[in-house]
Amino acid sequence: MEKVTRLASEKGVVIFSKSTCCLCYTVSILFRDLGVQPEVHEIDQDPEGLEMERYLARLGCTGPVPAVFIGGNLVGSTNEVMSLHLGGALLPLLAPYQDHADHALS
Amino acid sequence: MNSTTTQFVSSRRMGMYDPIHQIGMWDENFKQNGNPNAPPALIIPMHANLDNQSEDTSHGSQDTAGKYEQETSKPYDKVQRRLAQNREAARKSRLRKKAYVQQLEASRLKLVQLEQEVDRARQQGVYMASGVDSAYPGYGGCLNSGIVAFEMEYGHWIDEQNRQICELRAALNDHRTDVELRILVESGMNHYLELFRMKAVASKADVFYVMSGMWRTSSERFFLWIGGFRPSELLKVLMPQLDPLSDQQWAFVSNLRQACQQAEDALKQGLDKLQLNLAEAVASGHLGEGNYIPQVATALEKLEALVSFVNQADHLRQETLLQMSNHLTTRQAARGLLALGEYFQRLRALSTLWATRPREPA
Repeated sequence: MEKVTRLASEKGVVIFSKSTCCLCYTVSILFRDLGVQPEVHEIDQDPEGLEMERYLARLGCTGPVPAVFIGGNLVGSTNEVMSLHLGGALLPLLAPYQDHADHALS
Repeated sequence: MNSTTTQFVSSRRMGMYDPIHQIGMWDENFKQNGNPNAPPALIIPMHANLDNQSEDTSHGSQDTAGKYEQETSKPYDKVQRRLAQNREAARKSRLRKKAYVQQLEASRLKLVQLEQEVDRARQQGVYMASGVDSAYPGYGGCLNSGIVAFEMEYGHWIDEQNRQICELRAALNDHRTDVELRILVESGMNHYLELFRMKAVASKADVFYVMSGMWRTSSERFFLWIGGFRPSELLKVLMPQLDPLSDQQWAFVSNLRQACQQAEDALKQGLDKLQLNLAEAVASGHLGEGNYIPQVATALEKLEALVSFVNQADHLRQETLLQMSNHLTTRQAARGLLALGEYFQRLRALSTLWATRPREPA
């Protein structure tokens, strides 16, 4: 879905979320603790939200929210983010987008 | 309890008047019927089925019966027949008694097993609804057959865990090869993965039960964090047991601990938000009026979300274990698993000591 791809590439760290979803909140808290400011899109408040949700599910996101994109690439949902972080692979991915580095992807 | 529970023996066999053979065959039948729930069988009198024999291979029994009936006029034969019948009756009586005793023994064994399970459940501070029939409403919150099943499985899990700990200890003391240790480490890891699978199923049955740690002993519950142990805390406790670690390993484990802590904090904050949302959903709206229904739906949604939090917490525990085992040597992993297992064993033992400590009279 074009909208999702476009939004996913607009910022370094993008999270598709739902306002009622507390696991989504968990993931955005984690990113903030790690020094990044994720761009959060609440798809339940988006008129095309249902289509976006179906698209994310088709991409393989269990949830399908939170759906996390880093550098325009799909990382996954909560499980994948946690596994990456515990394995030490999340921080390197986030490095270009952390607060001290003033990068924007475009 | 029926006092006459014996297996029906086809009368054609009765004709083969070989006592030892007969007893052996009866034993076979009794072994099959050793459990107390076997339906009672009737004793069929010796002559009853003579007409119904499908395989008439024992002319002996028919002839014998006929012979006895024809010669009732001769007193000697009458006495002989009477003696034979008495012997037969006595033998049957002994066999009936033997069967009865065997069934009693089986029942006693089952009773001991059930008592042990109840004791185990009591030690864990939970009253278990009768494990055999989960249709019984049990004391406390657990009316759930899924939870009853989980408690029994957890009991077995603990038994297996204790056995594995002993084996690990012996293996490390005996300085067994890395190949043998690796097998034990794999079993240990799989055993924990099995627990997480069980918990996922139980969470669907009753998430509050899992979150409250009711299935664990009281001192384990003191350390409860979202339905289980807190990975970063456990790493802190276990790291000294893993010495000597290479510099690279130390760096990895330190980073792992920090990552765990960050993940845990984020998860806890998410859970707090869930709690707040739930409270708001319950408090909002006017109870008894039409608009209560939407609030209930929202509240129920929140409770469903709780399941995913418990699952996520278990995912953290699982990932921590996997990462550790990937970055340690086989021997270190074995020592780590042993230390982990012993740690919880001691906590459980502490609960028992606490529960049974001598108390001063009030």
